[in-house]
Amino acid sequence: MTKLREIAHSRTGDKGNTSNISVIAYDAKHYPLLLAHTSERVRAHFAGVVEGEVVRYELPNIAALNFVMAGALGGGVTRSLALDAHGKSLSSALLDLEIDAAPDNE
Amino acid sequence: MRTIRIGSGAGYSGDRIEPAVELAEKGDIQYLVFECLGERTVALAQQARMKNPDGGYDPLLEERMRAVLPICVPRGIKIVTNMGAANPVAAARKTAEIARSLGLASLKIAAVIGDDVLDACKDGDLEIMEFDGTIKQLGNRLLSANAYLGAEPIAEALTAGADIVITGRASDPALFLAPMIHAFGWAMDDWNLLGQGTVAGHLLECAGQITGGYFADPGYKDIPDLARLGFPIGEVGEDGSLVITKVAGSGGAVTAQTCKEQLLYEVHDPKRYIQPDVVADFSQVTVEEIAADRVRVSGGRGTKRSDTLKVSVGYVDSFIGEGQISYAGPGALARGRLALDIVRERLKLTGVASSELRFELVGVESLHGAEVSARAMPNEPYEVRVRVAGRTENLREAIRIGNEVETLYTNGPAAGGGAWKSARDVVAVASVLLPRELAKPSIQFVGRE
Repeated sequence: MTKLREIAHSRTGDKGNTSNISVIAYDAKHYPLLLAHTSERVRAHFAGVVEGEVVRYELPNIAALNFVMAGALGGGVTRSLALDAHGKSLSSALLDLEIDAAPDNE
Repeated sequence: MRTIRIGSGAGYSGDRIEPAVELAEKGDIQYLVFECLGERTVALAQQARMKNPDGGYDPLLEERMRAVLPICVPRGIKIVTNMGAANPVAAARKTAEIARSLGLASLKIAAVIGDDVLDACKDGDLEIMEFDGTIKQLGNRLLSANAYLGAEPIAEALTAGADIVITGRASDPALFLAPMIHAFGWAMDDWNLLGQGTVAGHLLECAGQITGGYFADPGYKDIPDLARLGFPIGEVGEDGSLVITKVAGSGGAVTAQTCKEQLLYEVHDPKRYIQPDVVADFSQVTVEEIAADRVRVSGGRGTKRSDTLKVSVGYVDSFIGEGQISYAGPGALARGRLALDIVRERLKLTGVASSELRFELVGVESLHGAEVSARAMPNEPYEVRVRVAGRTENLREAIRIGNEVETLYTNGPAAGGGAWKSARDVVAVASVLLPRELAKPSIQFVGRE
């Protein structure tokens, strides 16, 4: 089973109670594999973490997706009870998603 | 074509100082920008100013200025920073005093004021964006309201000859956009140029986050020499062309990957990155490595600025009480769970008033909860750390939460060690949108008597 981590890198940002996670293909040819990750799939992956809507933005120019997750930061960075109030660690959790096909590294 | 080089000397208030010194010494820069003001920092600084009318600016202002002024002044490097926090004028006076004490020739130091819009927000009783309620409903919990100012007053101060410009709340990218507007005379309605300039500012504002910080992942994304991470330089042309680079020989790396990650950092809709000066569009941006540690970033665009300014409202939200304790060796996980059960029951038995509670095992499931974490935990950990945190209405109740964890020492499972507790008030931040004309930024010069 291949993980998203093998073909993409990722970074989390925070604003209020919303977290955004970028997912960027190392190689642009793997961008179609990223597109299989719908906002529904990401929302399911973060069951128990994300309370609100997940919206996906596509950036084909840089072979990247941006997932914007509402209600993901325990009520907001400045008031959250969580150890990781910013949700900085969420990007690593996202890269644990499985991808549909083995990457071709040629 | 004219080009300027802007260095980014800090990505947050507590950031490392030597990389900024390195930029000033070896970066061949004309501008050094320090972005030091987090979302709630102005609210905390406002509290500090209430206690001391000469305080309320960044606690590291003096250390930073002492480190960089002796290098920047002789070279004519202009400094732009939001270290003024809740008191830019006091920060400017302090900077003038430091310059004098260092024997530096009279500097022209500008404070940008007018971001404090508390009165205008109260008068308008504006709606809060994050939850149902208005400014007035926050009552005496309301601490501060600061508008995100744009690049215009900063650029004006530079054009008026300021060597150092100190702001309070301003949009982070605007600190970088201002030198471009000043140096190139960009029109304040040239939306595409302002959009591309915003791309530059956005990429630079977190300093080390684009030179390899917040990035390394051994075996996947390796970055050399993070202990000596170099901070970034933006090489900007008058047509908006942009190359991100860093001082040769410094640690870290500037790559297409670091630039792409930072491009989307804290961005929601990439077509509409709303700034005070422009609504920037990052959707057409392209990133190209042109040499080692040199990345060209092109294609930022923009559309007309909005009629409102975002205002960051600081208020006392609640109190948080917390306690932690560790268990190790065989059975650590079971004893950790037993400890959580005991505290859960104790908080009920003793009637601690809390509106929200978290019970978690650090090292097991504290970051992403039981459901997400369970997928990746095949073996038991050698040690666990119990953590209980709760939200309360007052400090007395918050203290009781940590106490119930601490008493596990003599009342809980075997071999609990390293108990720790805390109770604190929570200054939180919410937002309102203020009609633009109600914020009236202005410039006050200090120094050069």
